[in-house]
Amino acid sequence: MSDEKKLAIIATKGTLDWAYPPFILASTAAALGYQVQIFFTFYGLQLLRRDLDLKVSPLGNPGMPMPLGMDKWFPVLGTAIPGMQSLMTSMMKSKLKSKGVASVEDLRGLCMEADVKMIACQMTVDLFDMEQTSFIEGIEYGGAAMFFEFAGDSDICLFT
Amino acid sequence: MADQELDAKGLNCPLPILRAKKSIAQMDAGQVLHIEATDPGAVRDFEAFARQTGHQLQESREENGTFHFLIQKA
Repeated sequence: MSDEKKLAIIATKGTLDWAYPPFILASTAAALGYQVQIFFTFYGLQLLRRDLDLKVSPLGNPGMPMPLGMDKWFPVLGTAIPGMQSLMTSMMKSKLKSKGVASVEDLRGLCMEADVKMIACQMTVDLFDMEQTSFIEGIEYGGAAMFFEFAGDSDICLFT
Repeated sequence: MADQELDAKGLNCPLPILRAKKSIAQMDAGQVLHIEATDPGAVRDFEAFARQTGHQLQESREENGTFHFLIQKA
């Protein structure tokens, strides 16, 4: 038994914006002395890709601030036009960079460095016919029971 | 009288904390780290960091938009 605090996170989303909460919380908790484990399932597995190609979409997201106040007057259907997703993604990336926010790759690297344990959901990997070679090294593959072994003992447990 | 300097200017949450943690790991107990940051959130974050890690936040002040922190390793 260690008296280290434990943080368990389930990461279920694979977009650029939702990549931040699990990695920011995990890296910060590790810096505070927590033992951390993240279980990546469904779309969250995109966050473990060797080559990250994360996107953000204004489609179906009325809360997303857009340039020129577009979130106020731009027709909802307009957010579905071709090119909108890549435009918003590149704008978001340059915004993150200009504000000194770390890239997802960097945060993930910091988590790895800090011994945050990352587990890929084996069921999802099989479900979507994903190749283990497309994921970064140093992660483990497991199922729900493996997550509960750690989460059942955790001080904080989050679903992101 | 800092033993080590950390320039975290221009970096946003949680990078100043992560960099500080890294610097402190390489220091000896009792040594002091001087951090410079521009993220206003760092003020509350370093207070919380100190309370949770046991390191001592000796000083926290602002000067011309830059925040200065002195943290002594426990």
